[in-house]
Amino acid sequence: MLKLSNISKTFNLGTINEKKALQNISLTVNDGDFITIIGGNGAGKSTLLNTIAGVYSIDCGHIYLDNNDVSLKGEHEIAANIGRVFQDPMMGTATNLEIIENLALANRRGKRRTLAWGIKASEKQQYHEVLKRLGLGLENRMTSKVGLLSGGQRQALTLLMATLQKPKILLLDEHTAALDPVTAKKVLELTEEIVAEQNLTALMVTHNMKDAIAIGNRLIMMNQGQIVYDVSGEEKMNLTVEDLLRKFEEVSHESFANDRMLLVD
Amino acid sequence: MPFLLAIQSAVGQGILWGIMALGVFITFRLLDIADLTVDGSFATGGAVCAVALTSGINPFVAILMATVSGFIAGGITGILHTKFDIPAILAGILSQIGLYSINLRIMGRSNIPLLNTPNLFKDFPIGGLSNNWIVLIIGLVIAVVIIMISYWFFGTELGSAIRATGNNEKMVRSLGVNTNSTKIIGLMISNGLIALSGGLVTQAQGYADIKMGIGAIVMALASIVIGEVLISKGTNFMVTLAAIISGSIIYRIIITLVLQAGLSTDDLKLFTAILVAVALAIPTYLAKRRQVTTYKKMTKELEDAETK
Repeated sequence: MLKLSNISKTFNLGTINEKKALQNISLTVNDGDFITIIGGNGAGKSTLLNTIAGVYSIDCGHIYLDNNDVSLKGEHEIAANIGRVFQDPMMGTATNLEIIENLALANRRGKRRTLAWGIKASEKQQYHEVLKRLGLGLENRMTSKVGLLSGGQRQALTLLMATLQKPKILLLDEHTAALDPVTAKKVLELTEEIVAEQNLTALMVTHNMKDAIAIGNRLIMMNQGQIVYDVSGEEKMNLTVEDLLRKFEEVSHESFANDRMLLVD
Repeated sequence: MPFLLAIQSAVGQGILWGIMALGVFITFRLLDIADLTVDGSFATGGAVCAVALTSGINPFVAILMATVSGFIAGGITGILHTKFDIPAILAGILSQIGLYSINLRIMGRSNIPLLNTPNLFKDFPIGGLSNNWIVLIIGLVIAVVIIMISYWFFGTELGSAIRATGNNEKMVRSLGVNTNSTKIIGLMISNGLIALSGGLVTQAQGYADIKMGIGAIVMALASIVIGEVLISKGTNFMVTLAAIISGSIIYRIIITLVLQAGLSTDDLKLFTAILVAVALAIPTYLAKRRQVTTYKKMTKELEDAETK
């Protein structure tokens, strides 16, 4: 279980560029939750994920993972429990290393790196199997450098790497946004499959409202660094894109009004 | 045959200095860090080795001590760079400049001749060989051992993590690797090899000098660049390492040739700098030219098709 209590994050604190990215966020993610996160640009979606992953240090508040306080843990310390797929397909894999080397690195996520051989013979069969299910033929190119793969292939590989060693939380930051529609659909299907199969707890940021409604059991809308809508179960399933848009206008109205007032003044 | 002897000597020197180039390769190519500690740590290796030898320490142990001094020098650069966020180039320069004074302190003066001390090369067990041959044999054995160990190490979990750090730091951190540690370890190993090479060169030439490390980084880059021209990108790691040693040998031969042809030793550093700059620039220049030609070709085809 992941619990955020009253966390805030401000960029460029105390300068003229001060930006409150997260404001007093409290959120409890139950085991097995698959949450989709929507919201406008700058709403704080990515910041929220990066905060959970320990990339950003928070201003205040607490983050508990399975009742352990991980608020001040650094990125690599908390990584043992967290699988991540980034928006940019280039981010999740190491270009000059082989496919199998990338998988082996991921399989040791959060573990001590020793002087044991980087890839054990027994792992090769396992990697062959997991690559095969992607249906991209990568199992026959295991010693190819990742740089030779397309963006979609790399993203599918990153997803595999993120879940090779079961993470307590899977963070997906618009992981299909940079892909063409067909590839995006494939990667999304693969995501649902893997999450269901391993019964993972996942948070997925998306700009696609349809996906946000169709996927997962819970939906969160963010605006100006706050969670403005949190819906799950039956209520979420019955949502329509129009409902979301209306809700979106409703919450952002105030800020629009404020902007207008500024202009009129 | 003075010319052949000069070439033979160049090959031996190339191997000894090639080990230094292997060290630079670890930071420059694998970690993607331009580490300038080199010029300092190479001389540190020489200084530690020379002082150890004059104190009567076994020449082999003296080499190991030199290596450890390199580990420490690299570690300091690593800590400055990672823990205190000092840019890598600056951290390296700080170490390099600091090491100049430290090297003088270690040596006590600016030059230590090694006339009557034990010596790996002078005490070679097989008699009747010329000094050039001995340098060649010892250099080759040590180089092969180092290449084997490097091949093993960079295939381990830790070694893979170090290689990946130079590739995609963010990804490696997200996989739970402390990239500060991998960088520090990489810098330590790199400077360890550099200092080891410094110790070997000191024993081979029979003296240590405070200025022996000046320009070492450029020689290493020359070796790496020449070595990479020899092989295609993406070949086996062991071949890459061997190619760098070969690159160092070729560099020494080129230097010998231009000196024989009448180049003044005063101009040697400028020659090396130009050699490296040209070698680094050529691939980029060719790629750009290729792009322009393809663009022109494809545009022309397109226009031709339209006019038809």
